Amino acid sequence: MSFYIASSPHAHQRRTTSDLMRIVALAMIPGIIAQWYFFGWGVMLQIILAVATAYAAEALCLQARERSSIQGLRDNTALVTALLLAVSIPPLAPWWVIVIGVAFSIVVVKHLYGGVGQNLFNPAMAGYVVLLISFPVQMTSWLPPVDLTGNNISLFESIHLMLFQYTSQGYSVEQMRMVDTGALFDAVVMATPLDHIRSDLSQGLTLSESLQAPIFGGIAGLGWQWVNLAYLAGGLILLQQKVIQWHIPVSILVALAVFAGLGSAIAPDTLPGLDIHLLSGATMIGAFFIATDPVSAATSNRGRLIYGVLIALLIYVIRSFGGYPDAVAFAVLLANLCVPIIDKYTKPVTYGHGKGRSKTAGGGH
Amino acid sequence: MSDNIAATDSLADSTAEGTTDTTPSTGRWGEYTDLTRNGLWDNNPALVQLLGLCPLLAVTGTVTNALGLGIATMLVLIGSNVTVSLVRNFVPSEIRIPVFVMVIATFVTLIELFMHAFTYGLFMALGIFIPLIVTNCAIIGRAEAYASKNPWQLSAYDGFIMGLGFTLVLVLLGAMREIIGQGTLFDGAQLLLGEWATSLRIELFAVDYPMLLAILPPGAFLGMGFIIAAKNWIDQRREQQRKQAPAQKAQRARVTSQ
Repeated sequence: MSFYIASSPHAHQRRTTSDLMRIVALAMIPGIIAQWYFFGWGVMLQIILAVATAYAAEALCLQARERSSIQGLRDNTALVTALLLAVSIPPLAPWWVIVIGVAFSIVVVKHLYGGVGQNLFNPAMAGYVVLLISFPVQMTSWLPPVDLTGNNISLFESIHLMLFQYTSQGYSVEQMRMVDTGALFDAVVMATPLDHIRSDLSQGLTLSESLQAPIFGGIAGLGWQWVNLAYLAGGLILLQQKVIQWHIPVSILVALAVFAGLGSAIAPDTLPGLDIHLLSGATMIGAFFIATDPVSAATSNRGRLIYGVLIALLIYVIRSFGGYPDAVAFAVLLANLCVPIIDKYTKPVTYGHGKGRSKTAGGGH
Repeated sequence: MSDNIAATDSLADSTAEGTTDTTPSTGRWGEYTDLTRNGLWDNNPALVQLLGLCPLLAVTGTVTNALGLGIATMLVLIGSNVTVSLVRNFVPSEIRIPVFVMVIATFVTLIELFMHAFTYGLFMALGIFIPLIVTNCAIIGRAEAYASKNPWQLSAYDGFIMGLGFTLVLVLLGAMREIIGQGTLFDGAQLLLGEWATSLRIELFAVDYPMLLAILPPGAFLGMGFIIAAKNWIDQRREQQRKQAPAQKAQRARVTSQ
């Protein structure tokens, strides 16, 4: 019989990275199902392609770095990276988009920085930003939710669209994005709610006029609100399982709510309100799944709160005044850059080593 | 003379591991061999000294731009090295830096006017980065570290080979970015070489959508990182092979003795 000798805390559940990452992946299932329901088979296809690419890239990198492939592949971090990137990109984006993105995430962002636990940036978000910068057209071609277009794209057509960007009848992705408005035009290309608000505001419309569009059927955009609520549910599971701490998601959501509340109080006609900010775009998946990445996030509790507020501030500023409609990826990456300095100034003081006391006491403890 | 080199290059050598343990060659041409090795590999201005990164990263979107700026830099480097070397005994050391800057600025102005006259398209494409050659640290670095202490023939060769090393890295980076970004090589070569060069354009593969990342500034940083990593990897392998070489000899001796 052997005893496991460890430092305190002694009463804890020993969980491996592999277990944690598996729970994170499982907790994404509600969100993925919601996305599949509203945006069709494309989501599933992207996930399959992403996971396959991620494991292939991971295996090649581990081989090249002369590490144990089995050990590395089992820790499920590549799986989570692949899932996060796959659900972040438009469901009908061409197949090579996700392959390039995931390969970049795994090879450059993760392994060139030293592999699991060493990466400075969140791999999925760095991959996303690479894609967004490189292929702006493909990366903004989001489909409107199915109940708006009325055309339910079958699995076969989804594959066809991903491979060739045309259906077997010859309709392009652009045509699949058309929504019949019955108004002045026969049909318009529909964007995401955040995209829509942005382009309307730039054309001089007020916010309340913009919210009349068919995509704002519910609180914060048809489909999107449910996707966000599903990720919120998944995030609550993560909290309940104690996979993540409450600090980062709560500080992001509270700070974003405060900023959005202030903004809409000051300029109700140009700055979207609390509901839009919290339930549209990638807010929930960002707060619970992306920003909480244990490697690239701040490590102390106080640091996590600061990190969360910083992300919320960046999300709000970029969404409202920046060049892109959604900003979770940029906000997380910029906050990742600040983590070393946040960690330096929020390092908890060891018990008995009060501020300044350690200097005078001279190590007498 | 070899002592002189070791002293003058010590500034840059502190960053370059390769040069510290290579013994300087002797003889009449030894100096030139050392300069060649330093400029192209061991002490390459772009890969080892990491000088002049601003133009290196900014204009390497295509091979043509890279080649144009590389040649311009090389010409300035040769001119400034020769001039600085010729006046080195008349310049008080207290004001040598302003004098060097004036010399360099003169040559940059010359090059700029030449490019304005003969390669107008390229002049427009490179824009502010031609006048900015003045601020390229590689040039003043060579003036200070080498030309101000050596005769003009050697300084001219040093300027040429350092410029060549810089140009090669620029062209390599430009080629990487152009191929990944838009699948071509020598796109717009007529801007630099005249109308006949239009046929130089090679389309390696057709892309519907350019990989904008490679063409935009982040691509330059990433590409540069990969080139430096590749150089360090090659150096490391050579080092290992050199260490292993004597051991192999001993082994062979034992085999034959059996």
